[in-house]
Amino acid sequence: MTGGYAGKVLEADLTSQRVRDIVFDEDVLRKYLGGRALAAKILWDRLGDKWGAIDPFGTENILLALAGPLTGYYPGMRICVSGKSPLTNSIIGSTGAGEFPLELKCAGYDGVIVTGKADAPVYLYVEDGQAEIRDATHLWGKDGKQTVKLINKEVIHDLETRRRGRMWKEPGILYIGPAGETQTRVAGVILKWTHACGYGGYGGVMGSKHLKAIVAKGTNPVPEPVEMEDTLRQVQTITARCFRNDMMRRWGTGFAGYEVGFYTSSEPVRNWQEEWHDERSFGGDEFERRVWQKRYWGDYGCPTTCLKVAAVNRGPFKGAITDNPDYEIQAYMGTNLGIFEPEGNVYVAAIGDDMGLCGIQGGNVLGFAGELYQRRIWTEEDIGFPLEWGDAQAFGRLAEMVAKREGVGDILAEGSYRAALKIREMTGVDVLPYVVHAKGMAIGAHGTRSGLDYEPISAYASTVQGADHTSVGGQIDGPSDMMWGFADSAVICGFNLFDDTMEPVWAMLRAITGWDVTGEEWKTVMGPRMLAIQRASLLVGGPDHVWTPDDDDNPPRFYEPLPSGPLKGKTTDRAQVMADKTAYYALLGWDARGIPTRETLKTLGVDRLEAVFGPLRQ
Amino acid sequence: MCAKIWIARDYANCSGCRRCEIACALKHEGKIWPEASRIRVFMLVPTLEIPHFCTQCDDAPCISSCPVAALSWDPETGAILVDTEGCTGCGDCVDACPGRVPFLHPATNKAVICDLCGGDPECVKACTEGGYNVLRVVERSTSKLGEVPSYKLYAKTPEEATVGLAYRFYGETAKELV
Repeated sequence: MTGGYAGKVLEADLTSQRVRDIVFDEDVLRKYLGGRALAAKILWDRLGDKWGAIDPFGTENILLALAGPLTGYYPGMRICVSGKSPLTNSIIGSTGAGEFPLELKCAGYDGVIVTGKADAPVYLYVEDGQAEIRDATHLWGKDGKQTVKLINKEVIHDLETRRRGRMWKEPGILYIGPAGETQTRVAGVILKWTHACGYGGYGGVMGSKHLKAIVAKGTNPVPEPVEMEDTLRQVQTITARCFRNDMMRRWGTGFAGYEVGFYTSSEPVRNWQEEWHDERSFGGDEFERRVWQKRYWGDYGCPTTCLKVAAVNRGPFKGAITDNPDYEIQAYMGTNLGIFEPEGNVYVAAIGDDMGLCGIQGGNVLGFAGELYQRRIWTEEDIGFPLEWGDAQAFGRLAEMVAKREGVGDILAEGSYRAALKIREMTGVDVLPYVVHAKGMAIGAHGTRSGLDYEPISAYASTVQGADHTSVGGQIDGPSDMMWGFADSAVICGFNLFDDTMEPVWAMLRAITGWDVTGEEWKTVMGPRMLAIQRASLLVGGPDHVWTPDDDDNPPRFYEPLPSGPLKGKTTDRAQVMADKTAYYALLGWDARGIPTRETLKTLGVDRLEAVFGPLRQ
Repeated sequence: MCAKIWIARDYANCSGCRRCEIACALKHEGKIWPEASRIRVFMLVPTLEIPHFCTQCDDAPCISSCPVAALSWDPETGAILVDTEGCTGCGDCVDACPGRVPFLHPATNKAVICDLCGGDPECVKACTEGGYNVLRVVERSTSKLGEVPSYKLYAKTPEEATVGLAYRFYGETAKELV
């Protein structure tokens, strides 16, 4: 067995209700590591030939939850979820934080592959080398907090009955809320109440399979590295680096609710109509004084603990609990809805958590609805109540309607882009200019218009991850598809990955696996191979939508002039976006339209993708 | 000879990073092994993490419950020591503990109890390094207020500790969460 790997992956077929163990050759793991890259390999091997016909919500789609060789050693802990995305129709690596992957690896598995579809709600239970499919009828319809509570109680009770001799700790749980059950395209796969594997919309894929949760309990050690001492030495170096990252430790990304608006004019305000604000009430310090209950909250092994626990214990939003909120959720469930008070932001965020919405996709579609109301395209009558900017109660109510597909929520559940197509068809009004997306996925809360935040400005246009704000295109070093693609494959937290400690990262990978892998190999072969498969899946797409190289662009709003703030009038330079994009594609060995050349495919050992890319080359 | 020590605990500030578990397991098992760590962080309700480990009760009901006398006081540190040769894995000590703190090792099936690392606990160092100060080494009190200092008070099950913390953090909402 290779160091760092449990050595097998669990496959559960929900149609036949059977489980089995899968063992990957060391050669495959050496090439794809785990997480996103391995997901791309598995998905394309199994579904590549018929990709265009696979309905993301159909029985044939495959849901993956994969750890990686560094999971359990590298500071911080995440799991990577994948499948055919109902947002981008492609392979997205979507990670979320929590102890689920730790329990899974200690239970003897590096990941889970779920195929087929159950007749009635089920959850998959994994324990020390065994697994079973359990009834989840009683969990269906339950919100996040109730789901966690009920699963914890029944699993612990069962363990204490069967395996006496200890108090049993809670299992690791990967679950969906109502938004996943109803197969919305804006649902995340959730851990620990508030942590979503959001991008990709895989909550709805779980829902389509009638899979409420994957639950793991393991009592073995984390699979051992080849060189323990060397591994721990590298862990120590990176841990020390994390401890020096004081701003991140102190505030998480929660300082940015004010700063990204005020200083860099790149925060979504009222569905991105503006990107600047000077609302000092939205500073991280206000959140701390008014709603934080815990100043440091993190996951297994994390020195950074950038999360904070927030709760409102008084007033109209009493009872709302979430984390920080972190910047993305401050923006999308706050400023993007015209909400500039911490309590209202926590309230909408908590509803998003409880319903199992991806905060970014969910907040984006709520903002889109807000603009439809502002423009009187939708009225109080259409929605059922007034939807004024800043009204947290109203946006919270709409979030629930989206999750449950009630009223207009049923349209919004398709995500902003598809909802806009539908509304255009229904009303004859072209509402696409109000959708802030790339390839059907809502864009992360960092705009390109000011030029002060996201560099390069082709970040969203050229990523293989739809509109991911972390794994962005446009560059190979620093924050990019390449480095976040590594984080998503190794599977570790990108917030604990630093440019100045990359050597210890590669050294740790070698110490754990015993392989001679280097950063250079990742950047020139392994990473690009993963990106090529993701790119192929994106350009085949289907069945409801096929994306073309012309879609490698920002949304229309990103080319409107900024209407307010010190950078009023500034906008994204389209020519520069196109030039940046072409230069980036050239670095990857892709042509100007983002089609990998025949030579590139050969070098990467994925000649079979020529069947996809050949016909697309002009 | 070192003074008897105690590890003070402040659940409300626990970040849930579990670096204490890692430090403990590496020290005692040479591996990262959450279910063999002498300190185990329970998260029955997310956001309410409870580090669960021996409180060294003054009357140590675990010691008197052991049918083969495999448990004893470490006179130097005040820790409860397990004679792994003698331990039969019957689990009586788990039931005798008011906080159900001891547990049977997942591989050896022998009782596992915090040994205070011989007086220099690794978990505390990990917590201190993070600045959380949830775990702190203090001198074990020898004052005799009401005969014996009530360290046993802290031997709570994770459920008991979680309920209290839930009310402190979330007020009335707590009853829906626990």
